Amino acid sequence: MNPTDVPTQTRLDHLLGLADDALVAAQRLGEWVAAAPELEEDVALANIALDQLGAARLLLTYAGELEGAGRDEDALAYLRDDREFRNALLVELPNGDFAVTMAKLLFVSAYQLPLYTALTGCTDERLAAIAGKARKEVAYHLDHASLWTVRLGDGTEESHRRMQAAVDEIWPYTHELFTPDPAAPVDPAGLRDAFLAAVEPVLATATLDRPADGWAPSGGRSGLHTEHLSYLLAEMQVLHRAHPGARW
Amino acid sequence: MVTTRTDPTWRAAASVVDPELRVLTIEDLGVLREVATDRDSGRVTVTITPTYTGCPAMDVIRDDIRAALAAAGHPGAEVVTVYAPAWSTDWISETGRAKLAAAGIAPPGPAGTTGPVPLTLSVRCPLCGAADTEQVSRFGSTACKSLWRCRACREPFDHLRAF
Repeated sequence: MNPTDVPTQTRLDHLLGLADDALVAAQRLGEWVAAAPELEEDVALANIALDQLGAARLLLTYAGELEGAGRDEDALAYLRDDREFRNALLVELPNGDFAVTMAKLLFVSAYQLPLYTALTGCTDERLAAIAGKARKEVAYHLDHASLWTVRLGDGTEESHRRMQAAVDEIWPYTHELFTPDPAAPVDPAGLRDAFLAAVEPVLATATLDRPADGWAPSGGRSGLHTEHLSYLLAEMQVLHRAHPGARW
Repeated sequence: MVTTRTDPTWRAAASVVDPELRVLTIEDLGVLREVATDRDSGRVTVTITPTYTGCPAMDVIRDDIRAALAAAGHPGAEVVTVYAPAWSTDWISETGRAKLAAAGIAPPGPAGTTGPVPLTLSVRCPLCGAADTEQVSRFGSTACKSLWRCRACREPFDHLRAF
């Protein structure tokens, strides 16, 4: 669909969905810095967070320009309340233990990779360019999460138990990622096959059971979030709100 | 008007070094894409592309480009950032690769198609040249590097990963 045929508010909501997924995922991953199981993983999660933040900044800047109300990336990141965020619930869930974080990273990257790949070919050239860069980075994230999922799932009895529990806990939240949106440049409903094709072999190699589809919590895309997002935003936004325009 | 690589404005922009890989200029890295001078106003526009979307070095690079051009007699240069085509480690010049190796950083191999777990060729130790090396961590000191160790000379080293 030609982007100019779609109402601006619809395009804006879609861009904010992409941007907020990346921004909230980055903020959550950042919580691991200096708290990961090993130093190398501190660095890895910080780098993945930085990639997500980089994509979020480009997408928020674009969203602000499209909106035309004078809001820049900082205004959109720091001065919106939870009901204005359009991220999927999955990314705002607490980090849990390391297995939960890896399950979240596996599912998010297995969704973002086919999404960004498809967006690379969309008619919105600016969005296509951002997706073209983010796609290369997300491929590396998926790789990283896949390796850890296999290592933990096919590891000790305790790591297997925790990784299975993590996959079971997070799986229901993956459904929201594929909520049909025919007005979007890429309808997420068409991405689930690619997602399953990436995730199922990893779970099988990791000797983990693929959870049955059932409960499918949603609401994030329309601004109805879990309470976890409010706490995340409080921490992320407090400095900017207390000292508007503060710089390092 | 797009300038050639021998033009003083290109040379000024090309002298800027990457703040995280100080042995490389942004020209060596393939980050510098174009330098153009407006025929009427004489204003210089420099086009660059980021290595990674979240690369924190970009702001410093933009400032350094403006400073380098001001020093070359072109104050008020504009720096434009483009994202397509996406940067690839294949854009690092041969000179750049040689400089990386000389600084103890293993240069990247060819960037393959993106996809999970591509076949990784052995990375040669930039210090002793041995091929008997192992990856310690898939992420290194910056977003573009992974951390390796040489089994022959026992030294750890950075590897600029193919991207």
